[in-house]
Amino acid sequence: MFLDSELIRLLAFVLGVVGFVAMNAAYLVWLERKEAGHIQRRIGPKEVGPYGLLQPMADGLKLMTKQLITPDGVDPILFKVAPILVMVPAIMSFVTLPFSETLVARNLDVGLLAVFAFASINVLGLLLGAWGSRNKYAVISAARVVSQNVAYEIPMLIIIVTLVMITGTLNLHEIVTLQTGGFWHWNVLKFTASPLMPVAFLIFFICMLAETNRAPFDMAEAESELVAGAFTEYPGMGFGVFFMGEYANIVVGTSLATILFLGGWDCPLGLFPGVHWFLIKMYALIFVVIWIRWTYPRTTFYGLLNLSWKILIPVAFFNLILTSAMLKVF
Amino acid sequence: MTAYFKEIISGTWSLFVGLGITIVYFFKPVVTLQYPHETVPMTPRYRGHIDLVWDEVRGTNKCIVCNGCMKACPSNCITLAGEKAEGGKGKVLTQYTLDFTKCSLCGLCVEVCPTEALEFSKEYNLAGFDEKDYVFDLLKRLEAKHS
Ligand code: SF4
Ligand code: SF4
Repeated sequence: MFLDSELIRLLAFVLGVVGFVAMNAAYLVWLERKEAGHIQRRIGPKEVGPYGLLQPMADGLKLMTKQLITPDGVDPILFKVAPILVMVPAIMSFVTLPFSETLVARNLDVGLLAVFAFASINVLGLLLGAWGSRNKYAVISAARVVSQNVAYEIPMLIIIVTLVMITGTLNLHEIVTLQTGGFWHWNVLKFTASPLMPVAFLIFFICMLAETNRAPFDMAEAESELVAGAFTEYPGMGFGVFFMGEYANIVVGTSLATILFLGGWDCPLGLFPGVHWFLIKMYALIFVVIWIRWTYPRTTFYGLLNLSWKILIPVAFFNLILTSAMLKVF
Repeated sequence: MTAYFKEIISGTWSLFVGLGITIVYFFKPVVTLQYPHETVPMTPRYRGHIDLVWDEVRGTNKCIVCNGCMKACPSNCITLAGEKAEGGKGKVLTQYTLDFTKCSLCGLCVEVCPTEALEFSKEYNLAGFDEKDYVFDLLKRLEAKHS
């Protein structure tokens, strides 16, 4: 049979993941604007559709109707490939993320590694986009993005190493399975492994914000100083794809935080586990991500690097050593 | 060394305090005015463009066509005309044009009017695409308002 079940499964997952990413990208923008509105005691979008629910469609239409200009002097190939290089890895990361006991596209043994491998292509896309634009401001801001990403990947990976030491596996499905049975089993509260687990979660969360270029670390955009920074030259949907990539990355980051620290699809009280718990935790984290954006001003670049090199990395290292000592003792 | 840890702890704490403040605001009711759908009543001292005053007793405008406002206006925005009243004495206003594009809202016209026939309107929804939209026929406006 040509249409064997494996192929159908594959198609279903491709459609599912792309749809999920597209819907999230569209409606996270809506959520962001609503939440920002309420924090500033406004309403946010409300004109297009009930509660402004059709606003993302309107925005999308507007972006798509804009002319796709390729400015003179840009590298035409890099310029066009860059948005895709940001978007595709973000979608690829979903392949190994287990949404529930059964809902996973590919249960890879090196799932965690795969997610990080894909995630690191994102910054390459940004750099190439800026380089291809032949705009020195874009290149400068892309350079800042790269140094920021390098700076924050280190503490993040140290935390991941700590986690892998605790769980003893790179398989995301197994990592969740090890945490099932109530919130006291979750990695964020695994005090038998290290008393610093909540701090580790905090560090992971901060690094995730920096990796996805979210405020207060949004140096890639810095729209008030750099006019969209690394993607200044992008018109219409080219810019839109970068934006969708950013939101897809937020979903990947919060999903990872959910899987690694908050027990994935596990219910806090050990009852009725399932995909709904995964989604609840993920969206709660996304809410926090947006909440953070509308609370703190953008950091300076020095503040950003200092935070990583002077605080996050030493603390993460200390946590690593402490965890290995604790694992040895107990 | 202690300063380093103190800074981390106080810094982290201050970040959480900040989050606490914004979440309180998140749940507070919305205070903005939904402008095109809602409007505020303007304060009595608000100076919109000038407008003719309606005389309730006589059922017409209060203007006696003395030309005081036209002469007082430093920007020459007022053009008015009147004709001899039928039967009675005095004049009646037949046309009163205000070129609001030139008006500096100085209020001299309102001050000078002997019969208090002019006032500042409370109109602030004044946006348009054409300069000509701002040449108002105040007499027509007044009559339209009271017919
Ligand atoms: S307010 Fe001043 S400028 Fe405006 S019409 Fe009256 S006198 Fe002229
Ligand atoms: S000053 Fe008063 S009464 Fe005299 S013309 Fe002007 S509006 Fe009429």
